[in-house]
This record gives sequence, C-alpha cells and structure tokens, in this order.
Amino acid sequence: MEILKAEQISKRFGDKEVLQNVSLTLNAGEIVGVLGVSGGGKTTLFNVLSGVCAPDGGRVLLRGEDVTGKPGKVSYMLQKDLLFPYRRVVDNVCLPLTLRGMSRREARAAAEPYFEPFGLAGTQTLYPAQLSGGMRQRAAFLRTYLASDGVALLDEPFSALDAITKRTMHKWYLGVMRTIELSVLLITHDVDEAILLCDRVYILSGKPGEIRAQIRIDKEKTEDFALSTDFLDYKRQILAAMHLD
Amino acid sequence: MTKRFPSITNKLAPAAAVAAVLAIWFLCCEGEIVPAYMLPSPADVFRAFVRNIGDLLRQAAVTLQEAMYGLLIGIALTFAVAVLMDRFRFLYKALYPLLVVTQTIPTIAIAPLLVLWMGFGMAPKITLVVITTFFPITVGLLSGFGCVDPDCIHLMRTMGAGRMQIFRFVKLPCAAPDFFAGLRISASYAVVGAVVSEWLGGFEGLGVYMTRVKKAYAYDRMFAVILFISAISLLLMGAVALMEKAAMPWKQKGVSS
Repeated sequence: MEILKAEQISKRFGDKEVLQNVSLTLNAGEIVGVLGVSGGGKTTLFNVLSGVCAPDGGRVLLRGEDVTGKPGKVSYMLQKDLLFPYRRVVDNVCLPLTLRGMSRREARAAAEPYFEPFGLAGTQTLYPAQLSGGMRQRAAFLRTYLASDGVALLDEPFSALDAITKRTMHKWYLGVMRTIELSVLLITHDVDEAILLCDRVYILSGKPGEIRAQIRIDKEKTEDFALSTDFLDYKRQILAAMHLD
Repeated sequence: MTKRFPSITNKLAPAAAVAAVLAIWFLCCEGEIVPAYMLPSPADVFRAFVRNIGDLLRQAAVTLQEAMYGLLIGIALTFAVAVLMDRFRFLYKALYPLLVVTQTIPTIAIAPLLVLWMGFGMAPKITLVVITTFFPITVGLLSGFGCVDPDCIHLMRTMGAGRMQIFRFVKLPCAAPDFFAGLRISASYAVVGAVVSEWLGGFEGLGVYMTRVKKAYAYDRMFAVILFISAISLLLMGAVALMEKAAMPWKQKGVSS
C-alpha cells in the first residue's frame, strides 16, 4: 500500500534548479533509501516532503491526502540529533506530542512504553549531555517516531557517529523497525548503509536533482549479508547507477 | 587539596586579595601615610557601621525599594522590547543603534533632568534605575534570541510548531543564560542607579544619607555607606545567581546550552 507519494516535484532557488520532476513512492512498512552526491538536492527534497518548503511544481500525497507545503504531517529527523540541552530526555522525546496540545503528563504517559524497546530505559530524567552519541540518536529517533503518523524522513541519521557506534546502531535500527509500524525514507551518501538498511534505493543525480534509477534490495539480510557476493552485486549496481564505477 | 576541596580553594584567592587590600588600607592609616580625615581606617569604618546600623538599614530599605521597582519594570520593558525587536527585523535595525547611544550618556547627566521633570519623589529614582538596567538585559536577551541554532527552528517547523511555540520552546530557553548574565549586571547597576539619583534630590535613601554625612565631614560613615551599598549589590547579584541555578538545572549537570 502506497503511503507517501511525491509527484513531479520541482524546486528552484533563483536561477538554480535544485529538483527536476522528482517522483517517488514509499509503501507501508518499507525502508527506502535516497542516495546521491552531496549538493544533489536530497535535503531540499526532504524539506519539500516534510512541508517546510513549498515546491515550484508537483505535489506530495500522504495516504492520498495532498500535504504539499503543510508542515507537521510527515516526521523529519535531521542530521544532528538536535536534542534540546535544557529539556530532560523524556521531555525532548515528548516535544512533538506537547506541540500538538497534549499535557506534559499525557505526553509522558504516551512516550513511556517506547523507552525500553528504543534502548532508552532509565534515561527519562537525564539531560541529553548525559547520554552517549548512540543514545542521543535513539532519543532523536524516538522523538521522530512519536512525531510521525507512520511515516518518517531520516536525513543521514548515522553520519555523525563513529564506525563502531554506526554498526551497532544499524543492527539496533533494523531490530527496532521490526517492532514498530513505521515507513521510512532515508537519505544517505553511504552506499553500504543503503544496502544494509533499505528495501529499495532511489539514486538521485545532482544539479538538478532527478531520479536516475531505482534498485530493489530484495535478498534476505542474513547476519553475514554485508560479506556476501549479493551485497557486492548490489553495490556494483548502485555505483554504476551513480556513475561512480 | 585543590582536587579535594575545590569550593574552598576557589575562594582562597579572592579572600586573600580582599585581606591584602584591607591590610594595606590599615597600614596606610596606622602609618599616617594618608591623613585620617581623608581616609578613615578600616576599624573606624567598621565602628561607624555598627553605630549607625539602624539608620543604614532604614535608608537601605528605601533605596532597595527603588532599585527593585526599577529592576522589575526594567525587566518587563526589556522583554517587551527584545521580543518585538527579535520578531520585527525593521525594529531591530531601527532601535539597536539608539540603544547603544543611550549607553554613551552618563547616568549622572540624566539624573538632574529626571528630578526636574518628576520631582523629588520615588519616580525619578525608579526611572533612572529602569534606564540603567534596561541595556544589559536587552542586549543579553537579543544576543540569546539571535544565537539559536537555525536547525532547531527548522526541526520545530517540521513538527508543525507555530511562531509562539518556537519562541516558548526554543528561543526563550536558549536565551536564558544570556538573560541571567545581563540580569546579574543590572542587579548591581540598580542599586548604584538608585543611589546616584538620590544624591541629586530626595528625602530618604542611602544616596541622601551619603550627601548628609559628606556635608558633616563624617568620612568614616561615608565609607560605611559605600561598603554597605557594595554589600547590597553583591547580595543582589548572589540572589540572581541562585535564581539562575534554579531556572537552569541542566547547567548543574555540566551542560552548556
């Protein structure tokens, strides 16, 4: 079932055309990657999809409803965790619920059941600076999940992490995605990450950004998938589509 | 010792400096390097303070009242102006240079005018305190509002937050450290501002008391008043530090905002 759809999105800033007729779909429960070079319009595309930036052409549909230029409908996790240092972890996580008018008590009660599955048990009353980098990302992801209506846009959420933490976070992320109902569109410039985490990958060419190819990652992701020939085949296909082979 | 008792060792250096100043002052007076009528010894000042404590407290109550009214009105005015200046770029551009210019005008030059316009009551004193306390807090708030990470505002917008919500949940808490930095300075200015305006006309207050003892050539009492004003200012600054601690508990966890 199609949950999010972008139809013929175009966007320009002055003379510079950033996106040109970009169309993509996200089905329920899918994790779909958007891969592309830096400056290729990935973040602009997410700004349009999240509604904070109105496109010059095209529209965004969420479950068939036109949400073009309407922020607050599609949840968005930016590159930095952006946890507010002055709010306790629980209040950071609850922020989207508070913004929708829930009382602090209601919001905390709604968020409470997710702390354990998100690996954040016992952190509720801490401040963000008391968390490790990985935990901060999990808290930001939980905030994104609570803000979502089943759809989230993740803009390079693991790019700031070191290699070991990133690997742990990938495993954790795939585990938690099995327990929650969330469809994700993920921006990444890391080809390995895209293959490991996504069900499908869109290749976005740069200047102006347009969808160049779509690659389905349909092989089962076993424990040693990253070392398999299938993995290398996908990588070859993606690099070829990006013209980086 | 430094590691085991940091709070004690941190206070040792300033305590030693104060003790050294008192010792030099005492020796200058005892050795008659400076005549007693020009510089009374610390012991004379202390005696004058104890003898006149009743008078000092009575006058201080008036001065404190003026300082507190002025400070509270100043804070309220500051918030209104800073929020409007942050909201409307045109206002910021128009008013900021004016704000800076007001700081180049010495307080002592405005005080007689205020007395002329408002009389000898409490109004000119409070007005002068408002004028002196306004700038540090406004500048602090504006700097705090301006330093907010644009990505935080972007995140709030993606969550559908409105302008007021962005202000309440992001801008205001982000500006809190700068606000308190400005408030600490303003708290000390408030007492000095009240005293300066009392010098130029009035019936009560530490400034009026100072002019009286000066005319009586009672320099020991004069110094007692000066030290008392200084102590009140320090107490007010301490109170602001306590408020800051209570308002920003995340700072106690070694977190910067």
